[in-house]
Amino acid sequence: MTIAPPKAQRSSASLKHRLAERGIDARLWLLVPAIVFAVALFVYPFAYGFGLSVQPLPTTVDQWGGGLFANYIAFFRDTFVFDSVWITMRLALPAALFNVVVSIPLAFKLRRRFAAKRTLQTMLVLPIALGTVLTAQGLLIFLGRQGWLNRFLMETGLIDEPLQLVNNYIGVFFSLVISGLPFAYLLISSYLSGIDPSLEAAARTLGAGWGARFRRIMLPLLAPGLATTFVLTFVLAFSVFPSARLVGDASGETRVLALMAYRAFAEQLDYSMASTIAILMGVIELIVVVIVFYGRSFLYRGSTGGKG
Amino acid sequence: MSLSAGAFESLELRGVGRSFGGREALADLNLTIRAGEFIALLGPSGCGKSTALNCLAGLLPLTHGSIWIDGDQRVDVLPPEKRDFGMVFQNYALFPHLTVAKNIAFGLQMRHLPRAEIQRRVAEGLALVKLEEHATKLPGQLSGGQQQRVAIARAVVVEPRLVLMDEPLSNLDAKLRLEMRTEIRRLHQSLGLTTVYVTHDQEEALSLADRLVVLREGRVQQIGTPEELHDHPANWHVADFMGYRNILDVEVASLNGTAARVAGPGLELDATAAQGVAVGEHVKLAIRPSDLVIAAPGGPSTGSKNRIDAVVEVVEYQGREFAVDVVTSTGTRLHVRADEAPLAGASVSLAVDPTRAVVFTRDLDAASSETPEPAQVAQ
Repeated sequence: MTIAPPKAQRSSASLKHRLAERGIDARLWLLVPAIVFAVALFVYPFAYGFGLSVQPLPTTVDQWGGGLFANYIAFFRDTFVFDSVWITMRLALPAALFNVVVSIPLAFKLRRRFAAKRTLQTMLVLPIALGTVLTAQGLLIFLGRQGWLNRFLMETGLIDEPLQLVNNYIGVFFSLVISGLPFAYLLISSYLSGIDPSLEAAARTLGAGWGARFRRIMLPLLAPGLATTFVLTFVLAFSVFPSARLVGDASGETRVLALMAYRAFAEQLDYSMASTIAILMGVIELIVVVIVFYGRSFLYRGSTGGKG
Repeated sequence: MSLSAGAFESLELRGVGRSFGGREALADLNLTIRAGEFIALLGPSGCGKSTALNCLAGLLPLTHGSIWIDGDQRVDVLPPEKRDFGMVFQNYALFPHLTVAKNIAFGLQMRHLPRAEIQRRVAEGLALVKLEEHATKLPGQLSGGQQQRVAIARAVVVEPRLVLMDEPLSNLDAKLRLEMRTEIRRLHQSLGLTTVYVTHDQEEALSLADRLVVLREGRVQQIGTPEELHDHPANWHVADFMGYRNILDVEVASLNGTAARVAGPGLELDATAAQGVAVGEHVKLAIRPSDLVIAAPGGPSTGSKNRIDAVVEVVEYQGREFAVDVVTSTGTRLHVRADEAPLAGASVSLAVDPTRAVVFTRDLDAASSETPEPAQVAQ
């Protein structure tokens, strides 16, 4: 360019207008309730918990050393505590994956109108309304050693010994599916409705069978939504507590982190260790979330042309 | 680009129909499409033209009839992915996560062509629609007209047996629509692809198609070449589409062969019957705006008998001429063309050549036919 660009004229608008241009105006007051809640219910308790975690009990310091960070050292060195990270992962990752993978065909099938759609949808979503305790109780009654299922199978002679379906890993897994699947299904079907149906029609007219359509068109467009859904159901499953205790094996297979934190707090009266476990739980969840969202950033995330 | 003209001699729709829960969206469509032909399905929204196209594509199953290729190959039982028909959608339906080149390559990849062949044909396709420099862009980065061209390239690059276009220009602005219309015609002429084109714009249909199919409420009103439809509409509905903007309810006062004298509120005119009508019958009188000539009131004129007195209401400048709306003493609104702008509010007298005022029966379903009435209306 040979001609120098004219110097930007100073705006003649009032200060109020110029601030509004940058998003600073009276409507910012609408954020106040959110900020109050965030500070009162997250920032302050979190800071307080971190404060607790760096005030270890003298016995912890004696055993593990490390001064202020004795609790953190204990967390990673004490195999009894640290194993529980893997126990929780072993439960939360497959459960989240299962919920997402099973929701995909469900969401696809329930996109179109068919006879029993309403009924099926209601049955799928209803468990959201059930509390974890109610779910656990139901599982115990239905799947327990003296439960309906085992009695039925024994009396029909299909099995000799009752199946061990609760008070172990399977029981908690069931419970996580019952509470997580409706979430996953609802999220994925809303992502799916955001994809313009004419894209699939276009792929069909170009000669793509259902496999190719799913792999080449629908899956790539749905993938960011699947990642988000996975993260949400994973976080839900990772912090599992009531069902791990009620239908799980609280001292063995399902000794999840939330249970460990609860033990430190209620049984050992070690508030600082309990806070440490809680904070590290958050850190581990955050690591998984960051990994998934980092992977998601490589996917196409623009418009998918639908009504979503 | 070396595309062969369709891999069939004829495509035949036999009594094709589609109902939605008892409501007929399309009924009894009989049409034979010859290889290389450009067919336009024309009609107002809800007339069944898009239904017909989706039935052809296989996206909607038929409820009646069948579709045959060369008389022995049944097509309507095949799923869309097996029909080898290309389709251009109204909203383009480009895959938003794939680049322009990959969008165009998609159909070729589905046919498992060798990589080099795909590259060559994608390059040809891009050149065809002049989008070479946009090959690596995503559809979202293109303008509407460019997206439309990608959609067309994607559909034709697989050398489909039939190309289906669903109102492809309706989302474009007026200038671009004209350009793309020429572009589509050019592509059709150079590639010789058999095309079925759906539109509600009669100008588009007349300028593009070899043959037109006019639909109303799911039923065929007339099938014919643009000239046939333009000059000899089969009924007043087709006439309405073919530019007869003035359609009046009148009664036949007297009849001599096809020369009819019709009378309506505040007017009495000599006209020509295009369909069989009887004296005393309530009929529709159709006149094109350009056939209504403004004459000074009371002044001598060639068609002095055939006059309508009216008052000018609205005058629109349209470049070469003026579009004038006039209202007769009984409140009938008429559309007129004029070379010079009359004053709004002025009294005028409109003259019409009896051969240019066409009389149709009021009932539309009675006389829908594939062949137009014998040429009795003078050109």
